[in-house]
Order: sequence, then structure tokens, then C-alpha cells
Amino acid sequence: MAKFKRIFTYVFLSAAAIVSIFPFLWMIVSSTNRSIDVTQGRLLPGNYLGENLRKVLDTVDLIPALLNSAKISITTTLLAMLIASLAGYGFEIYRSKAKDTVFSILLLSMMIPFAALMVPLYRMFGSITQTMPFIGIDTISSVILPTVTTAFLIFFFRQSTKMFPKDMLEAGRIDGLSELGVFFRIYVPTMKTSYAAAAIITFMSSWNNYLWPLVVLQSPEKRTIPLLISNLGSGYSPDYGVIMTVILIATLPTAIVFFLMQKHFVAGMTGSVK
Amino acid sequence: MREAKALNIKARTNVISWSFISVAVIMICAFYFYPMIQALIMSFQSGTGTNLSFVGADNYTRLLTDSTFMTTLKNTFLYLIIQVPIMIILALFISVLLNDKDLKLKGFYRTAIFLPAVTSLVAYSVIFKYLFGADGLINAMLLKLHLIAAPIQWITDPFWAKITIIIAITWRWTGYNMIFYLSALQNIDNSIYEAARIDGASAFTQFTKITVPLLKPIILFTSITSTIGTLQLFDEVMNITRGGPGNATMTLSQYIYNLSFKYTPDFGYAATVSYAIVILIVIFSILQFKLAGDKNG
Repeated sequence: MAKFKRIFTYVFLSAAAIVSIFPFLWMIVSSTNRSIDVTQGRLLPGNYLGENLRKVLDTVDLIPALLNSAKISITTTLLAMLIASLAGYGFEIYRSKAKDTVFSILLLSMMIPFAALMVPLYRMFGSITQTMPFIGIDTISSVILPTVTTAFLIFFFRQSTKMFPKDMLEAGRIDGLSELGVFFRIYVPTMKTSYAAAAIITFMSSWNNYLWPLVVLQSPEKRTIPLLISNLGSGYSPDYGVIMTVILIATLPTAIVFFLMQKHFVAGMTGSVK
Repeated sequence: MREAKALNIKARTNVISWSFISVAVIMICAFYFYPMIQALIMSFQSGTGTNLSFVGADNYTRLLTDSTFMTTLKNTFLYLIIQVPIMIILALFISVLLNDKDLKLKGFYRTAIFLPAVTSLVAYSVIFKYLFGADGLINAMLLKLHLIAAPIQWITDPFWAKITIIIAITWRWTGYNMIFYLSALQNIDNSIYEAARIDGASAFTQFTKITVPLLKPIILFTSITSTIGTLQLFDEVMNITRGGPGNATMTLSQYIYNLSFKYTPDFGYAATVSYAIVILIVIFSILQFKLAGDKNG
């Protein structure tokens, strides 16, 4: 019986692992094959990766899309870390009844679906496009601003701050640091792992964000990676080799970040529910 | 004098402490609460584009007779009722298998099963669209194994298109939920299981009488986030089936998108539909909390 259970466990987990990895393997293999081989179900690596890459660079605006995505994701991550950690720290260190109430109200925003925000946000940005073109529709700022502050991240930093040794702050104050000085010189350096976890989660969701950029970015040269892939995928006579190469390149940044910092990623995901 | 100074310092610290949270509060108000108020006002207005005028509750009565809305609502419920339980049970099951301390290759299994959760929704949707194409790899493999006689229309048949979406979402999110259960399982004291084994409890009894009750808060958390996620489903449907065939796979979010940006824009009615999602999220969250609470008592 125990032996049967053992075998079942391995068979089941192996099947689950194969199903999970298979689409990735197929993507990688297909990026090395011609479109015709992909449609014929070839599952062995070919030697067309170079040609696919050349075709990608010739026919797809991959580099501008990568740059747009990088600009948006990096700015979003840096700003999000600053705003959310200041707030999470503020809510926990300077706790008061009024702030606890404000905090609970902020948490309500987690229940609001983005689909409900999209239309009014689009109108908001539309109405300021004339007067402030730099943050209006079709700008990088209009992508970043609504997504940069999330109650989830504030909550995450507040939870992490609970673990922070408070006497370190007192020591800083006695040494003559201002409140902001204590935050930047003592809190930030000691909370490196929390920042790493939060940064990965934020970077990934920003890099992969689709709906809001789809609504707000209208000119083709402003396209981010998800918009580019979606656009390629909806073509009538797709070149599978080329598309898989694009998806492969677009997935690499997040895959590398994930494999380098898997522990932090999981900590960021589960940290706030503990 | 000294008292006044002390009061002054206190007031100063108070100002400083509020300034720490001010940016976040302003941003959340500007980009969550203010738009929600705008949407509420818009839901009582109608017109094309930016020319909106008040029409009272017309949009809400329209909602009840709108067959497309009813279809998208039905689709969303179908995903919710079928996909969320399958995924949660599968994730629970895998995490229990993975929590075995004698298991070899544990790290490999965990990473492999979690991997889908880090891919871009659009990227995996496009991959799935090709894999499940009429002449795609899945059909080719099923035909070769003689499991089916003719290719399944995974994308273009109303029934199979829904199945494809359900398979896709399950693939993407099972590993994600598994990680939550796994980290919770690691906090359960192993001696509880040992005691149960000595008492002769089977693996199934251990699972239903120990694991599930102890994981209840985290199961509640994941089922609420999954419900909210399903009610907002957009990227997959948009990129795998475009909502088709007809409206057979269209979700509420996609309907709002279409009402605002694809058909002749009707922002007022789109706002009404979005309030339907908000109300559903609130109802489902309360319901799930209630269900979890009842089992406690």
C-alpha cells in the first residue's frame, strides 16, 4: 500500500510537472524551427533560431517595445517601492486610531476590479491630455500613474515592518537623525529582503500588464511587449517561428529575475498573508 | 513654556507621521476612489463618447434585458463554478504530495509546477491559442494516440472554447495557489499527523480532518482572490478566443472593454456593467467569509 502510494505520488507529480513545463519547451523548440515545421508538429530543436531572430528584427518592432516595457516597469517598480514602503512604515511606526481607520479604507481598494476603473480613468486622462500632454493619453506616465500605488504593497510593507526591531529607530533618533533620516538610513538598508520581494512582484506585474496599456497607449511606437505579442498573435497568417522567438525574448527578463530570486518571489507572494 | 514646546514637538511629529502616508493616500484616492465615484455618476448617464447626459436608472433597466450581458454573466459564472474548485482541489492535492519530507526531487517539482505563474498572461494565451488550434499540436497528439477520431474545434466551437479557457486558466494559476498552501503546510506540526496515524486515520481522513481545517484561512484567501480574478478575467479570453465564437466565451471585463473601446463608445452603460462586477465581488467575498465562518461554528 505504502509502495503504491509512493509510485502514485511520483507519477502524479511528474505528470503535473510535464504539463506545466511543456508549453515552455514547445515555445523554445518552436523558436528554433521554421513556421511550416511548427505547424507540422515538429518537437525537435531545429537550427533556424538565427534566421527567426533576423526576421524578428526586420519585421517586428521588438526593440522599441522592449525599451517601452523596460522604462515603464523600472519606473513603476522604483516609485512603487518608495511610496508603498513610506506608507507601510508610517502606518506601523506612527500607529494611531485615525491612521488605522485610513488604512482599512485603503484596503477596500483591493476589492475594486480594474475593469471598473478603466473607463473613468480613461476619461480622466483624456480630459487632461489637452492641458498636460505629458501625462495625458498615450504617454508612459499615463500607464504608470494608476498602477504604481497598490493597497497590496502598502499592506505588505506594513506587515514586514511589524518584524522590524523598533529599538534601532530609537538609536537612530538619539544619534540625531531626523524621522526621514531614520527611514532612509536605518529602515531601508535593514529591510533589503522585503524590498527585493516586493520589487520582483511589482516588476513582473508591470512587465506583464496588458489591459490598461491596451486602453491608454494608442500609437504603435508606444507599444509595450504584451501589446506587441497580442498584436502578432491575432494575425491571420502567423509566422509561428517568429512569434515564438518574440515570446521567448519577451519572457526571458521575467524568467531570469524569477530563477535568480525565486525565494524572494515566493516570500513576496505569501509574506502578506502570514 | 516647556509644555508648549513639548506640544509643538508632538504636533510636528504628527505632521511628519502623516506625511509618510500622504502620497499613498492621495494616489489611492485619485486612482481608485475618485474614479469609482465618477463611474457611479456615469452609470446614470448615457450618450456616445464624451457627450453624456443623465438618464436616471435607464442603464440599470437596460442591464436586466441585455442578452449579451446575461451571456457574459453566465460565462463568468461557469468559469467560476467549474474552474475555481478544480484548481483549488488540484493545488491542495499537489501541495500535500509535495509536503512529504521523504520526497525526492521536491525542488524540481515545486519550481516546475510554479513556473506557469510567472509567465505573462498574454504570452501564455498566445501559446495556448496555437497549441489548441484546429490543426495544433494538442489535436495532432490526440489523433496520433487515437483518443479522438476527428480534430476537436478547441477555439471555434462554443462548448470546447469554454473548456480551452478553463484548461488555460487552470494551467496558469494552479502552481500559484499551490505555493500558498505549501507555505501554510510547512507551519503545521508534524506530530498532529503522527498522532492521527497512530489512531488509525487513513490518508484521506487526515486530509479532510486535519489538513483542510488547518488550511481554512488560506483556502478562504485563495478562493477569494481566485473569485475576484475570475470576475475580472480578460487577457486570456481576449487573446485565445477574442470572446468568440459569437459571445460564447466573452467575460464581463471584455464586455466593458468592448462597450467602451470597440463598439460605439457608451461609457455610461459600460460604467453600469462595471458596477455589476463590483457588486458581485462584494457579494461573493461576503458569501465566502460566511461559508468559512459557518463551518467554524
